[in-house]
Amino acid sequence: MMKLRLARPEWLIDINDLRELDFILRNGDVLRVGAMTRHATLLESAEVSRLFPIVSDAERVIADPTVRNRGTIGGSLCQADPAEDLSTVCEVLRGSAVIRGPRGERVIPLTEFHQGPYETAVAQNELLTEVRFPIRPRSGSAYEKVERRVGDWAIVAAGAAMSLADDGTMDDVAMGLTSVGLAGTVTEAEDLLRGKAPSEELFVEAGRIAARACDPVADQRGPVDYKRHLADELTRRVLRRAAVRATDSQEG
Amino acid sequence: MQISMTVNGAEVTNVIEPRVLLVHYIRDVLRLTGTHWGCDTSNCGTCVVLMDGTPVKSCTVLAAMADGRDIRTVEGLAAGGTLDPVQQGFMEEHGLQCGFCTPGMMLTARALLDKNPHPDDGEIREAISGQICRCTGYATIVRSVKWAAEHPRLSDNEQADAGPSEEFADTIPAEEVRS
Amino acid sequence: MTTITEAPENVAAEGAHHPANPAAGDADRPVGHGRLQRKEDPRFVRGKGRYVDDLALPGMLHGAILRSPVAHARLVSVDTSAALAHPGVVAVITGKDLQGLGLAWMPTLSADVQAVLATDKVRFHGQEIAFVVAEDRYAARDALELVEVEYDILPPLTDVRKAMDPDAPVIRDDLEGRTDNHIFDWEAGNKAETDAVFASADVIVSQEIVYPRVHPAPMETCGAVADFDPVEGALTLYETSQAPHAHRTLFAIVAGIPEHKIRIVSPDIGGGFGNKVGIYPGYVLAVVGSIVTGRPVKWMEDRSENLMSTSFARDYVMQGEIAATKDGKILAIRTNVLADHGAFNSTAQPTKYPAGFFHIFTGSYDLKAAHCAVTGVYTNKAPGGVAYACSFRVTEAVYLVERLVDMLAHRLEIDPAELRIRNFIQPDQFPYANKTGWEYDSGEYERAMRLSMEIAGYDELRREQAEKRARGELMGIGISFFTETVGAGPRKHMDIVGLGMADGAELRIHPTGKAVVRISVQSQGQGHETTFAQIVAEEIGIPPEDIDVVHGDTDQTPFGLGTYGSRSTPVSGAAVALVARKVREKARFIAAAMLETRPEDLEWEKGRWFVKGDPSIGKTLAEIAMGAHGTVALPEGIDGNLDAEVTYDPPNLTFPFGAYICVVDVDPGTGHVTVRRFIAVDDCGTRINPMIIEGQVHGGLADGVGMALMQIIEFDEEGNCLGGSFMDYLIPTAMEVPDWETGFTVTPSPHHPIGAKGVGESATVGSPPAIVNAIVDALSPLGVTHMDMPCTPARVWAASQGRARPPI
Ligand SMILES: Cc1cc2nc3c(=O)[nH]c(=O)nc-3n(C[C@H](O)[C@H](O)[C@H](O)COP(=O)(O)OP(=O)(O)OC[C@H]3O[C@@H](n4cnc5c(N)ncnc54)[C@H](O)[C@@H]3O)c2cc1C
Ligand code: FES
Ligand code: FES
Repeated sequence: MMKLRLARPEWLIDINDLRELDFILRNGDVLRVGAMTRHATLLESAEVSRLFPIVSDAERVIADPTVRNRGTIGGSLCQADPAEDLSTVCEVLRGSAVIRGPRGERVIPLTEFHQGPYETAVAQNELLTEVRFPIRPRSGSAYEKVERRVGDWAIVAAGAAMSLADDGTMDDVAMGLTSVGLAGTVTEAEDLLRGKAPSEELFVEAGRIAARACDPVADQRGPVDYKRHLADELTRRVLRRAAVRATDSQEG
Repeated sequence: MQISMTVNGAEVTNVIEPRVLLVHYIRDVLRLTGTHWGCDTSNCGTCVVLMDGTPVKSCTVLAAMADGRDIRTVEGLAAGGTLDPVQQGFMEEHGLQCGFCTPGMMLTARALLDKNPHPDDGEIREAISGQICRCTGYATIVRSVKWAAEHPRLSDNEQADAGPSEEFADTIPAEEVRS
Repeated sequence: MTTITEAPENVAAEGAHHPANPAAGDADRPVGHGRLQRKEDPRFVRGKGRYVDDLALPGMLHGAILRSPVAHARLVSVDTSAALAHPGVVAVITGKDLQGLGLAWMPTLSADVQAVLATDKVRFHGQEIAFVVAEDRYAARDALELVEVEYDILPPLTDVRKAMDPDAPVIRDDLEGRTDNHIFDWEAGNKAETDAVFASADVIVSQEIVYPRVHPAPMETCGAVADFDPVEGALTLYETSQAPHAHRTLFAIVAGIPEHKIRIVSPDIGGGFGNKVGIYPGYVLAVVGSIVTGRPVKWMEDRSENLMSTSFARDYVMQGEIAATKDGKILAIRTNVLADHGAFNSTAQPTKYPAGFFHIFTGSYDLKAAHCAVTGVYTNKAPGGVAYACSFRVTEAVYLVERLVDMLAHRLEIDPAELRIRNFIQPDQFPYANKTGWEYDSGEYERAMRLSMEIAGYDELRREQAEKRARGELMGIGISFFTETVGAGPRKHMDIVGLGMADGAELRIHPTGKAVVRISVQSQGQGHETTFAQIVAEEIGIPPEDIDVVHGDTDQTPFGLGTYGSRSTPVSGAAVALVARKVREKARFIAAAMLETRPEDLEWEKGRWFVKGDPSIGKTLAEIAMGAHGTVALPEGIDGNLDAEVTYDPPNLTFPFGAYICVVDVDPGTGHVTVRRFIAVDDCGTRINPMIIEGQVHGGLADGVGMALMQIIEFDEEGNCLGGSFMDYLIPTAMEVPDWETGFTVTPSPHHPIGAKGVGESATVGSPPAIVNAIVDALSPLGVTHMDMPCTPARVWAASQGRARPPI
């Protein structure tokens, strides 16, 4: 932003030295990721990819390895670019954001974190310090992005996560979309799927709902009809993959 | 503001404007012009340097953010008079044409090999995927990195020694023209 | 004619084995042609390349250009007072200031004029408005934001198809008497004859084929450091130029500085691809800045400036038609083309050929008739149209014919390889006069085609495709067979702004037998320092490392037109071979004097003249050089050195060719294309350094992937350039390109001294049709017969839905 002369801040505080915000910790059934954790660290973490394969799916297609060596989860979420991938990931994982300011710390669900393009719930005098993810048994997640070229921002991407009950039905399921003007997750489809056993018919229906729920705009990456089609197509794909992963999952 | 860092093994300290990008600091202040600049949007990777051993785009890092860090540029790749195997590999396998992307490519390759001494083609391509080369079509770069992997340097803990210099270019020893 | 078929090199992915060069012949020859590591590499791998931006002259200032944010507007006012007051700013130059100096407009390389800084109107988004000169780059850019400009917005013309509408806004009202946007009409071939053949043909395939606007985007942007010495009245200009001599002559004309007082230096160039052929306002402004301030001035453009304002390429809307018999004999081809030249006609085509060599669009086929007509028009877009291998519109021509032939194969249900083979010009037909005026020098097309099919495993691929299609998977195999016309060119036919396209070369052998060869062409990464040393080495038998190649400095090198259009090897390569032969002949006379025998009694072996029948008596070139500079009594008419110079005027162009096969997979759900394999068989005649040739081919293939899949400079309705950054103008990374599989055949050019044809642009020319043909082939089960580039996921998906649209 500064380099493109879109921003000229009066003060610039380098928080790269806040190494205490660079951590990945498991506390019982919560995974805590510090805001200064780099993309590269997330991608390389075996624990993260075992618990939340969606994170590795996404991290593999965020920017490029050199950018991933610098970019952080906190920076990504706070930048709040509409085409940013980790927001969708965090939302479908039902993550929450820990925000610290002069008046202490508050925790909000990720779905309330973003308040429009380039706007978040973090106030001027606050800092995002960590993101927390609930760890659930028999869960699976997946992310898929269509891009014009490796390293490009998403034309459209979709993420899904689900956890299975003992009877194999979906205890909880979440679907999100990147770059198509969708605030939060696809709740209508989630409500439809919750409590039912994963099936191709349901996923097809969920895809249809997702395509309807989003509000893409035409740009150089593609026209509206194509983006809606991708919302549908990718939602089906990630649900299928998440279901297979949930079924195979050993984590209890 | 005053910043200090280690560049190719040498301590440097300068007073700079806070907004100066690391790439401009390296090129204009330290006069190490092997690090290039090629885009406004962090997409091209001609500016890649190693920061604490990790490849970063120096156009996307403020010089101030490199304060206290260890920076290595292409000028610091050769140890003493000996070329890094990566440099040798690029010459052996025609991994460069115009040479503009080459410093960044070689530094990324060096970091990759330090982490993964025997990368396969896919891993090499992935590693350099944030860096554009307009000349080579990449295949010879991949071969160059593999050449380097197959010819590791004898002593891996040699220290790089090329500090900042005022020179524009040095003369090239004739015996290295053909090998 | 001798031809040699070789087993393919690098067939396997493991790739890095390098067979000896067949053209080099006997392996025991110590020097000359063959694989050789590049002489320029040691400086580049150490970070010691010398690019324009690396230069820092004492007292040097930095310039930055203010550019228009709108595409078409009357310039009401430019207020520079705040910018001038900014700390660090030394000068701010506007169009008005230049008007006073007579420098507001400059001639283009196509007999048009271009604004250096706008005075009356702005005519494209990104046009130059003012030039700030300051103590450092940051201050200069800060001050840009302080220049106040008032615009009176005019309706922009962005749709080339509307350029000739009666109500279209007239862009070039600066030109006397201009009432429309027409630049030129140009045609080749015989229209009546072609129409007659079409009228009686069994099958006609017609298609509008668009080659969208793309940009060469070398990694180094354009820039210059101007250093004007007011005492001497002399200018030294370090410049990112592919053609320093032509630039010097133009600067002499533009700036009124006597030509002998101008020195242009092109140091190392970070890629050109045609982008650095033209003269840009920035270069002129750096010069003006230096004259005005009395200090050296550096101007280095940003990436967005490079993409928005410097020479683009293509932008051809081609209405193409091909006629054939129903059993697959191609009869004729014709096309009408609408060419978008942007706001100023600053392309660099030979004067006689405003559409370059587009009339090579008859391809590699033996036709009865052909006709093309090209209309060039102005639009409110960046000027240019020369650039991006191939500079002379061969790329558009090859794309057109290869797409049409593929569509014809589809229509006739004949395998596209088979259809091509049936229609190739046969080896015994060369030299072949095509229907638009070219004389193809040499070719053996079927052999190259068969070799590429063999490397690809063509039949096996078709079987795999059939199986995949049965499962609903989209796999495509695309072929392109191209013939290029490069090495411009004969002086009697070809000039750029009146400068004939011949090249000089000078060779000096120093007394100790080391040599320096001075050439007029300029390397942008092609490895001239190595290739040209090898050409000399081959001819006079001293090793390449003993030969210094000097280029890129007008004070040090003979006149010549520069590097583009793959002309370095065909033209300067010939000049260098001939100058070496001249030295060799001179050496013979001196050797004869030294050996006290007659020149005709001497025989040459590499590096040495010896007495026929007694090889033990002879003189090496070094001994002869020492003799020439020493005290040997020289024969009549031989002066005391071993130097020579020539200017080579090529008798004809050269016609490299190649057979390319591309295999793609298309994801039917997303439209995403994966280029799985790419097989390229090239024939560039004699191969000087196979390693460098392979590198040239690889680079061009990646270019092709870029153009076919992702590159386009688009404009919105207001004329805003949408491709102004590497975020929007996409260049392939290592992930989008496969491991190239290359092979070659050797069919030397009969008229070139060493039989070399040039290869710099072959792959850029030949690969896009192969990729697009493969994608259309993949989509053909869905009823798709054509789609235009770029084949982005969105566009491929739309095509798969039966809604393929042109990109412009
Ligand atoms: C070439 C390129 C391609 C990219 N492609 C993608 C992509 O495909 N998908 C994708 O998701 N992302 C992409 N990105 C973004 C990238 O992933 C970075 O993570 C992102 O730019 C944030 O970088 P950063 O962590 O350095 O944050 P910064 O740039 O340092 O910060 C971004 C913003 O967030 C604020 N901020 C940062 N941390 C905090 C905090 N802890 N609390 C409060 N505010 C904070 C900063 O003040 C600033 O306003 C791309 C970036 C580049 C350069
Ligand atoms: S200059 Fe292009 S990524 Fe840094
Ligand atoms: S060698 Fe020219 S850009 Fe890579």
